[in-house]
Amino acid sequence: MSSSNWTTDFLSQLADVGIAVEQIPLPAISLWQIASPQWQQFAELAMLADLRWASGWAEHHDERLFINACFEKYGVYVLLRAIVNTAKPELPSQATVYPAANRSERHSQDMYGVNFLGHPDNRRWTRHKAWAKNHYPLRKDFPVAGMPETITPPDMDYPFVKAYGAGVYEIPVGPVHAGIIEPGHFRFQAVGELILNLEERLAYVHKGIEKIAEGRNPESLARLAGRISGDTTVGHTWAACRAMEQAAGVEIPARAALLRGILAERERVANHLGDMGAICNDVAFVFAQMQFTRLREDWLRTNAAVFGHRLLMDKIIPGGVACDLTDESAALITQGISQLRKELSEIMPAVDLNSSLEDRLYTAGYLAPDIAKAFGTLGYVGRASGQDFDVRRDAPYAPYDQANFKVALEDQGDIASRFWVRYKEINAALKLIGHFISQLTAGDILAEWQTPLPGSESLGIVEGWRGEIMAYVRFADDNKIARFYPRDPSILNWPALEKLTLNNIVPDFPVCNKSLNGSYSGNDL
Amino acid sequence: MLRLLKKILQTGVVTEACKVPKDDELEALGIQIKRHIDKQFSGSIAIRQVDAGSCNGCELEIHALNNPYYDIERYGIHFVASPRHADVLLVTGPVSRHMQTALLRTYEATPNPKWVVAVGDCAACGGEFGVTYASCGAVANVIPVDMVISGCPPTPLALMKGLLGLMVR
Repeated sequence: MSSSNWTTDFLSQLADVGIAVEQIPLPAISLWQIASPQWQQFAELAMLADLRWASGWAEHHDERLFINACFEKYGVYVLLRAIVNTAKPELPSQATVYPAANRSERHSQDMYGVNFLGHPDNRRWTRHKAWAKNHYPLRKDFPVAGMPETITPPDMDYPFVKAYGAGVYEIPVGPVHAGIIEPGHFRFQAVGELILNLEERLAYVHKGIEKIAEGRNPESLARLAGRISGDTTVGHTWAACRAMEQAAGVEIPARAALLRGILAERERVANHLGDMGAICNDVAFVFAQMQFTRLREDWLRTNAAVFGHRLLMDKIIPGGVACDLTDESAALITQGISQLRKELSEIMPAVDLNSSLEDRLYTAGYLAPDIAKAFGTLGYVGRASGQDFDVRRDAPYAPYDQANFKVALEDQGDIASRFWVRYKEINAALKLIGHFISQLTAGDILAEWQTPLPGSESLGIVEGWRGEIMAYVRFADDNKIARFYPRDPSILNWPALEKLTLNNIVPDFPVCNKSLNGSYSGNDL
Repeated sequence: MLRLLKKILQTGVVTEACKVPKDDELEALGIQIKRHIDKQFSGSIAIRQVDAGSCNGCELEIHALNNPYYDIERYGIHFVASPRHADVLLVTGPVSRHMQTALLRTYEATPNPKWVVAVGDCAACGGEFGVTYASCGAVANVIPVDMVISGCPPTPLALMKGLLGLMVR
């Protein structure tokens, strides 16, 4: 099977087993529609053909629910769809084949009332106690305001997995944690200090992003997308804008694409610097924490001086960007890059040669490549466990289609690997920023918006700093959003944390967690 | 080890001075509690930060307060791990309904006298999220708020001024 035509071969395999596929071309992606009873069978064949399960979501249209899943291979994406009736919304689960689909299907179950037959774990996921069991917030007849109680009761009786035996005990952690971090609940089963099992219970910061996206105009959706996960404001806004632009047939100017590239790479560097410091801090190596937070602050100040916002919020807008780059600003950025390079060349050898750091980071939090693959892990988590995928290289979009860079890859799968992958990605990002600046030519930074036809849909895919981000957008009439589903990489990376902490000791959990650094807000929506 | 010490020496002290805000700036920060607080706190405050539904943008900037440029601990402001050790709750985000009880319990667990600072536009007024089936909106809709630091997210400098404002004599 060659890299370019796996879809042709795969379609003939589907035809052989009697799965009829209706192919519908969408802007930038092909949509394959199949009958709902064959949903699981499709997944089984997809698994055999080595396709990656990338995302899943549903949509409500009158009496019908559209069930969607997105698959990828060699950088070619296929959007799969089956339609079920709201009267009997059921179809066989894909989570039995792809563990990566597990929580996504539970999300659709809670939000739309879809019954995934044979699902290995159909406990509630996104739903706590803010709405009743038989209410489905993302159905069109559910009001945005809902019917909340004055005080939403805590989610007390969630059936966690239990462990029994002499000396086995349970540690509940959260939702309010000890540090300055987002809320979520972790349930450990441990013997002595050893972790036997970890179960995550998230959705504490579920804010109804998908619901409040409906009815917005493109500018307003871009603003909301910038607040799905504050640390990924550039990444999510870009993905949402790409989806909207493709659906509307808007081509962004070359200069705007380069500026978006600069913004995205600056976001990557800022977050990796913060994470590298925090990983060291979690094993009490404060020198690195102080140095990296200092470098991050320098970097954010340049953001503020050049683009007017430290975290670069609202700089990407539908049709282009809201900020230009003067020659002086470009010089400031270039100077910042060489300064950062110099500082890192002094700090990294000191970090590398430190034996206490070596003791704690090597072999800890091991994620085996096959598990990383099964859960479809993305970004630095996947790439530290041998998953060689990067949207910027494998499904390139402007400005990355005109750039050469090396995708960092390691296969040790431990915390140290995730640390070093981040460092390599910083180096690649610095090179990319320099390249994009050198490519800048005078021109527009904003294309004129065109109102898309009602019903137009598309999928915007970009490589955020955590990995592949996917935003699905469908327009209603009059430029209004009918459906928005952003898939943060954290949604696929979080389950890997439950695996990589196994057989580690409880005191190593914070550093394991930090090495993965999932977004709670990006996961909970 | 030598490399490490060399880098520490080379870096030196980068901590910057920060002025205590003036009266009109305090007004802008929306401080409802007045100057008696300083007596209660005896010149230092312990803060418990609670993310009640934020997008994590505010957390990034609150984190920055501990970096060597701001080093907020030098003013006697420190972050603690439990509400039981805290004088001040620093609450971010629109309060998600799933976090409502957790926030109420955190508030109850904080000993009196206590103050609540709502940080960021979402905590101040609901921001981009407002009041929905999943969100209670502003922090003041759930627990009493004494002071608001707005911004999306507020810069570390704005946060610092706000917190110093709590301690102004």
